[in-house]
Amino acid sequence: MSQPEFDARQLVGVKAERVTNISSTDYPGHYPNEDHAWSLSKFTTNLKVQVKRLSNRSIDFDIVGVDASIANAFRRIMIAEVPTVAIEHVYIFNNTSIIQDEVLAHRLGLVPLNVDPAPIEPRLSAGDATDRNTIVFKVNIKCERKADAPKDATEPEDLYINHEFLSRHLIWEPAGEQGLMFADNPPAPTNLNIVLAKLRPGQEIEMDLHAVKGVGKDHAKFSPVATASYRILPHIKILKSIPPQLAEKFQRCFAPGVIRVNPVSKEVSVDPVGVRNDTVSREVLRHPEFEGYVELSRVRNWFLFNVESEGPYVPERILPEAIMVMKSKIAQIRAGVEALISGPGDGDVVMKNI
Amino acid sequence: MDIHDDEEEWDQLNRSNWRGLGLTDPIRSVEDKWLLLPAFLKVKGLVKQHIDSFNYFVNVDIKNIVKANNKITSDVDPRFWLKFTDINVGFPDRNEVEAVDKRVTPHECRLRDITYSAPIMVTIQYVRGKNVIQRNVNIGRIPIMLRSSKCVLTGRSEAELARMKECPLDPGGYFVVKGTEKVILVQEQLSKNRIIVETDPVKGVVQASCTSSTHGGLKSKTYVATKKGRIYLRHNSIHEDVPIAIALKALGVQSDKEILLLTAGNTESYKAAFSANLEDAAKLGVFTRHQALEYIGSRVKINRRVMGPRRPAWEEALEALATIVLAHVPVSGLDFRAKAIFVATMTRRVLMAMDDEKMVDDRDYVGNKRLELAGQLLALLFEDLFKTYNANLKSAIDKVLKKPSRTNEFDAFTTMQFQGDHLTAGFVRAISTGNWSLKRFKMERAGVTHVLSRLSFISALGMMTRISSQFEKTRKVSGPRALQPSQWGMLCPSDTPEGEACGLVKNLALMTHITTDVEEGPIVRLAFMLGVEDITLATGTEIYGPHTFVVNVNGTIIGLTRYPARFVAQFRKLRRARRISEFVSIYINHHHRAVHIASDGGRICRPLVIVEHGRPRITSEHISYLKKGKATFDDFLRKGLVEYLDVNEENDAYIALYEADIVPTTTHLEIEPFTLLGAVAGLIPYPHHNQSPRNTYQCAMGKQAIGAIGYNQLNRIDTLLYLSVYPQQPMVKTKTIELVGYDRLPAGQNATLAVMSYSGYDIEDALILNKASLDRGYGRCQVLRKNATLIRKYPNGTFDRLADAPQDETGQTAKKYDIIQPDGLAGVGERVDPGDVYVNKQSPTNATDNTFTGQAASVPYKNTPMTYKSPVAGNIDKVMISDTENDQTLIKVLIRQTRRPELGDKFSSRHGQKGVCGLIVNQEDMPFNDQGINPDTIMNPHGFPSRMTVGKMIELLAGKAGTLCGKLQYGTAFGGSKVEDMSRILIENGFSYGGKDMLTSGITGEPMEAYVYFGPIYYQKLKHMVMDKMHARARGPRATLTRQPTEGRSREGGLRLGEMERDCLIGYGATQLLLERLMISSDKFEVNACQECGLMGYNGWCTYCKSSKKMAQLTIPYAAKLLFQELMAMNVVPRLILADA
Repeated sequence: MSQPEFDARQLVGVKAERVTNISSTDYPGHYPNEDHAWSLSKFTTNLKVQVKRLSNRSIDFDIVGVDASIANAFRRIMIAEVPTVAIEHVYIFNNTSIIQDEVLAHRLGLVPLNVDPAPIEPRLSAGDATDRNTIVFKVNIKCERKADAPKDATEPEDLYINHEFLSRHLIWEPAGEQGLMFADNPPAPTNLNIVLAKLRPGQEIEMDLHAVKGVGKDHAKFSPVATASYRILPHIKILKSIPPQLAEKFQRCFAPGVIRVNPVSKEVSVDPVGVRNDTVSREVLRHPEFEGYVELSRVRNWFLFNVESEGPYVPERILPEAIMVMKSKIAQIRAGVEALISGPGDGDVVMKNI
Repeated sequence: MDIHDDEEEWDQLNRSNWRGLGLTDPIRSVEDKWLLLPAFLKVKGLVKQHIDSFNYFVNVDIKNIVKANNKITSDVDPRFWLKFTDINVGFPDRNEVEAVDKRVTPHECRLRDITYSAPIMVTIQYVRGKNVIQRNVNIGRIPIMLRSSKCVLTGRSEAELARMKECPLDPGGYFVVKGTEKVILVQEQLSKNRIIVETDPVKGVVQASCTSSTHGGLKSKTYVATKKGRIYLRHNSIHEDVPIAIALKALGVQSDKEILLLTAGNTESYKAAFSANLEDAAKLGVFTRHQALEYIGSRVKINRRVMGPRRPAWEEALEALATIVLAHVPVSGLDFRAKAIFVATMTRRVLMAMDDEKMVDDRDYVGNKRLELAGQLLALLFEDLFKTYNANLKSAIDKVLKKPSRTNEFDAFTTMQFQGDHLTAGFVRAISTGNWSLKRFKMERAGVTHVLSRLSFISALGMMTRISSQFEKTRKVSGPRALQPSQWGMLCPSDTPEGEACGLVKNLALMTHITTDVEEGPIVRLAFMLGVEDITLATGTEIYGPHTFVVNVNGTIIGLTRYPARFVAQFRKLRRARRISEFVSIYINHHHRAVHIASDGGRICRPLVIVEHGRPRITSEHISYLKKGKATFDDFLRKGLVEYLDVNEENDAYIALYEADIVPTTTHLEIEPFTLLGAVAGLIPYPHHNQSPRNTYQCAMGKQAIGAIGYNQLNRIDTLLYLSVYPQQPMVKTKTIELVGYDRLPAGQNATLAVMSYSGYDIEDALILNKASLDRGYGRCQVLRKNATLIRKYPNGTFDRLADAPQDETGQTAKKYDIIQPDGLAGVGERVDPGDVYVNKQSPTNATDNTFTGQAASVPYKNTPMTYKSPVAGNIDKVMISDTENDQTLIKVLIRQTRRPELGDKFSSRHGQKGVCGLIVNQEDMPFNDQGINPDTIMNPHGFPSRMTVGKMIELLAGKAGTLCGKLQYGTAFGGSKVEDMSRILIENGFSYGGKDMLTSGITGEPMEAYVYFGPIYYQKLKHMVMDKMHARARGPRATLTRQPTEGRSREGGLRLGEMERDCLIGYGATQLLLERLMISSDKFEVNACQECGLMGYNGWCTYCKSSKKMAQLTIPYAAKLLFQELMAMNVVPRLILADA
């Protein structure tokens, strides 16, 4: 098995000091004097989405056959526009810890909450909190000395009760229908061990927290992902066979598993599966002895996505959510365009929230 | 100290043929030699110079001063005397009579606006009746330097310091006076009691000058100068220049032959140059000593307080020569020999300089400088105050004793009790104002003390190492400002301000030490013991003989030696054996054929490793002792492995920078090259790769960085405090960073930087910030501002009070009183909006009325609240109620603002690369690399070529490598992690060796055409934030006098359309705009002018013409009307002659 062959126009050149051929044409996938008319069947056969790795918190998947603009749109939506629920209003009744109120509130806001945002409505102003748009948490924590602490103890966990205010101390307060609504998945932080403040005897914190629905472009705390990004598939082309004495050195110029060296013949070849793990360090281009032996490039329409979920979504759900957001945006534009076409002619069409 | 026990082990290490290694073997480098540096700092600390100096004053010098002024007698009663037998400075305590717990901490003093001071106790003996009584008396209080030997903080553990609310990393070395932290800066001066030869090539003058200064004596400057080819002695107390031959004759060198020998010696050219002077004396008819004294005596300024019988002129001359001219050269009995030789030496130096202009001295040479520290300044102040105190006490005692009949026996002790707080007040006044005006010592200095800058930890530290020069800033000479080669290792070459104080304000390097006085007597005796011949027994032939060297101790000539090299070597051997203080320096000056021994205070010195027989005396084994904690720096000194060299002695040494550079003639080895930088410049990673001004810029900016200022920062109430919410220690550290504790009190964050162009909002050094980073807390800072008020009690019995929020008829309180609690103070944690009242104080309306005698509670009150003025809301952080030393209630309210970076906030890396935020970009629009990492900051690459801050590039590389391998990297000056190693780590982790990554545009989603330099750089947020600067006004307040808009942001002032802007408008011809800007929108005013007399009237009536006939109304600027009136007040009549327009 060898690396699949790609159309040269599909490749982004990776040179020693620059990247060439970065842009697709103005009409991606279309070239002059060739027929690339768009057809759904062709698109569906070319489009491949494949999950490569899935864990509790992250997912690697490939999207092949779309233009960078589409892949990037998904990435951007995943970061900035898939809604989640995060703490937005903090009502502090008492806070005698050394963390100042604003700083504590800021830290609380960044705690990822495991609340399915779907049933929650956006809250328009701070005043109108209802059970439909607000999740309430309460915190009431006080640090005290442990009566039975050993005399020679020095560690805070031996000496004190509640020496740390952790995310697990956020207690959900069901309001109205919420008890039923979230019966099988009660709202709580996704990670229960985030240290929010350290406490010492006599210090206490009492507050109410209101979590609301929002999107990442308003504040990073609403972003459902730690990060969502992609890279394009590396492609290595060996132009002429590598001298056997340099084979191992050549292999070391790439990430492990990218280059295969035949143990006997010292013949060098590119591992068609492992090549996706190459980091494109361009190390091979640094050595003059490999000049003319190899050509590095990347495949323009082959996107290797990596998405780390930090919010309520399981990692595999984030892309579909992003697609949903995108569809609703398209629907809005379509409605706008239709209104423009069928409208009186000169009137502008107002669209909201794109 | 186990080390003392295994003496043998040490000796083994010191053997020259150790482990069979011969002298020719290649020299291995001593591993971790730099560990001597922390060992040094452990003993001495970063501000050791201040503390050592203060300790010397408080423990030694103060006793000498008292000893010199210890007796008070009475002019009235000859039997009475009072003697101070001892003086001791106690430990700081609470100066309140009723206090139960007398202990006081510096932190309490800071909060309560009181002085951290200790009582001065003297033991007195005096006559009471027929008995002699001995008692202890408190004569006043002296502010105590923090961490000095008298401070409660010295030698405390971290836990104890925490209990006292003190930061263990705080260097100390400052005073707390009336609640403010005051530093006495190190003052640089020309050294005292040394001959300095200078020339003025324009006037053709050569002069040797010497400023004499003796303990407790006056300072005076003596010159031996040429005038028209003749040499004269010049002194302030003599009206006229004295021909040198006459001066020498007056000093007892009568014969011309001897004069010639003592000055010119046997050198023909000097003889020729000098002979004319002998002729001069003969022409003036001065041949004998008596004639010379008469000559001088008639020209001495007589300045006698006590009018006694008039003395003959020669007596006046004798006294002047003995006590005023060159006062530091001792004259015992009437033996002027030593002084004569000193004057002769000065003359010879002038002759030498006349002959060869290279023989002049360099004023800017660091060896000719002395640094004056807190201890010396306080000693002068104390001496002055103590003398005044004694004088006051004496007159008070005389006053009592004068009374003819007394009911009870006179006790001087009770008189002392009523002497007031002259000393206390004197110290507090001097330190808090910084004015050292001591008439007695002809000293008039302002700006000696400064408020310790607590902007950041580094700014405080930088202040403690600062040296200010006495040199005037306005003079346009480059010499004093230039970097002197002799500053190497002593003064930081990078840390100096830009602008007018450039090069005049300096900073100490990391390992410098400033000496304190060492007793001279034993050193002189030692010199004689080592074979020095007494100078008074020598004649000119011997002194300037071909093989003799003159031996000087602290500038005074004591003798001659014929074997200078042997003498110096023996002297050094004794010093290394610790028979004399390690801070005594000795060196040979071959030009002057002299050996100089110096033991005076204020010399700059630094430790160096001794090299003997081509190998450093320190071996790795010694260092391993140090590592195990079995040896201290002092052990190294005592064993003669390390010694202190001052600048002059450095000239006698051959110092190798590294072991590899050692040659057979090498005498010393540097401990660590990076110690030539100071504490502030030491924070810069890879400074040796930067263009040097960049390091200087960073030294200035590092002090403005917002970060942590101390472990006690949240307990402090400073006027203005900037804190970073999430400070981080830098990824690329330096050894200095660890030594000064910057890694524990950092001021900045490790930002991921992409060096690329983005959007055009990054031109002119502007930075692009990632919005998501800001959301997550990058660059977030807090500004805490103190607001203090006194709840005063007035002399007439009335007092201020706090009141709860007032209610209107409906029982509602106004919005601005929302946060006021029943005690009249705002609640802690409440949000304060602009205009809110946070201390609802009320004052009596008749507070200044001293005739008032009624009930204090019944007086009417007016509101004098404290209102929040900032345009942005804050939170009450702290409210403190306390009382000051004079029992006034003190309220301090600390108001906090938490700010996230915004457009226009200033940031800088550690390489003098500052920039303001030009654009905040959403995370999804930011470029990202293959790992999905977005930069926090984007910097324009145009910042690099002209600035040449290669250090920043290497910092990025080292930082990136550090993050990848999970280690902190070092960027220590002249060392640090190597670029090659860093690149290797990058390659191993799948990155390009050069640090450039392939990025994808966040906007188009396509790869970028260029590889981008991408990695972490330590970024500092600077205190300049737009929020504190932005300002605009439409309408607003006007100045009362001119009715023009006020000036400045704080007064909500207008923006001035100045002269040059006016010129532009005139040139353009925009007259109406000009009229509008300069009058209509500013201070337009309607006046009535009489066309008859041209004067201004009012209401259509001319008071001069008594008529309303020819009145005209016109609009002029109010300032113009004011000018006319002011001119009229000066008897100038401006008349308005109107024409039709």
